[in-house]
Amino acid sequence: MNEIQDIERQQLKQDIPDFKPGDTVRVTIETKERSGDSKTERKRSQSFQGLVIRRQGSGARETFTVRKISFGVGVERTFPLHSPVIKDIKVISEGDVRRAKLYYIREKVGKEARVKKKKLS
Amino acid sequence: MSNMAKKAILGKKLGMTQLFVGDVVVPVTVIKAGPCHVTQLKSNEKDGYEAVQLGYGDVKEARVNQPMKGHFRKAGTMPLEILAEVPLNPQEFKVGQKILADIFHEGERADVTGVSKGKGFSGVVKRWGFSGGPASHGSTFHRAPGSIGQCATPSRVFKGRKLPGRAGGARVTAQNLEIFRVDSERNLILVRGAVPGPKGSLVVLRESVKSGRGKAGKRVS
Repeated sequence: MNEIQDIERQQLKQDIPDFKPGDTVRVTIETKERSGDSKTERKRSQSFQGLVIRRQGSGARETFTVRKISFGVGVERTFPLHSPVIKDIKVISEGDVRRAKLYYIREKVGKEARVKKKKLS
Repeated sequence: MSNMAKKAILGKKLGMTQLFVGDVVVPVTVIKAGPCHVTQLKSNEKDGYEAVQLGYGDVKEARVNQPMKGHFRKAGTMPLEILAEVPLNPQEFKVGQKILADIFHEGERADVTGVSKGKGFSGVVKRWGFSGGPASHGSTFHRAPGSIGQCATPSRVFKGRKLPGRAGGARVTAQNLEIFRVDSERNLILVRGAVPGPKGSLVVLRESVKSGRGKAGKRVS
C-alpha cells in the first residue's frame, strides 16, 4: 500500500451505506451558524433529499451529487463522501438505471424525469 | 552568510491528496523526505563558496562507479542515488551526519524547489499567459501573440520579448508553504498546497526565506 492511500485511509468513514446512482438518498449535514450579533456558534442540521446522479473519484476524494427539484427549480449539490460535515446518509429507495452518470435527467421534466424502482428479487 | 537557510532536506514528491480539517478540505502534497546524509562540505578556502552537499535515496552498490564509491567511502555513508548542494552553513554540519524529516515541524514555513513539468514547445497563451483573441463571432485572431514591436524604428525585436518556445522543465521554487504534518516514522512531510514537478521527482525543502518576517512569520510562532 502506498503512502498516499495510507494517509487517505485514516480519513475514510466506515459507516457509509451502499448506494449507487439512481438511488434516492437523504443526506443529513451539520452546519455551523453564527447568528447576527452573538458570537456563539450554533450547530444546525440540515437534510437534502434527492436522486443520486453521480459518484466520482476514489479514496478520501470521492464525491457524489444529489439532484432534487425545489420549488420547480432543479438543485444539485455535490458532497465529499467522507466529509465530517455529513452526519448521515440514508437510502430511501433504490433505482434501476443503466448508466453510471444520470446527466440525461436534467433535460427531462415531469414523468420522464423519474427513475424506475428496483424490483427486489 | 545571512542568506543561508538553517535547515534543508531532500525528498521525493509522492503526489497530492486532501485532508479534512474540521469542515474544511485542505490540499496537501506528500513528500518522502530523507533520510539524507551530509556527503561533503564546501568551504571558502577550498571551493570558493560555502555549501553543504546532501545525498538521498538508496542505490545498489553495483550501480555506483569507482570515483563515486570513493566519495561515499570518504563520507562514511552507503551509496546514495542523488547528490545535491544546498546553501547551508557548513560550520553547522559534519560529514556523514544524518538529516531526518523531523527537522521540520508542523506549522513552520518552507520553500520547496523542484523542476517543473515540461510543457514542450508552447505558444504565448500557455507559456506567458497572454489572453488570446475571441474563439468565434467572426474573429480570426485566436492564440497568436499579436504585435511584437514597432516598425522602421527600431526595425528589430527587442530582447526579452515574450514569444513561443520551450515552457516548463525549469527550476521553480514555491515559497512560504506551510508544513502541515510531519511523520518522522515514515519520513513523510505533508506540505499545504502544490509543489513544482511531477510525481517521483526530486524536491528540496528549505526553511522559508520569508519565515520570521511579516504576517507569515507571525503565524509560525
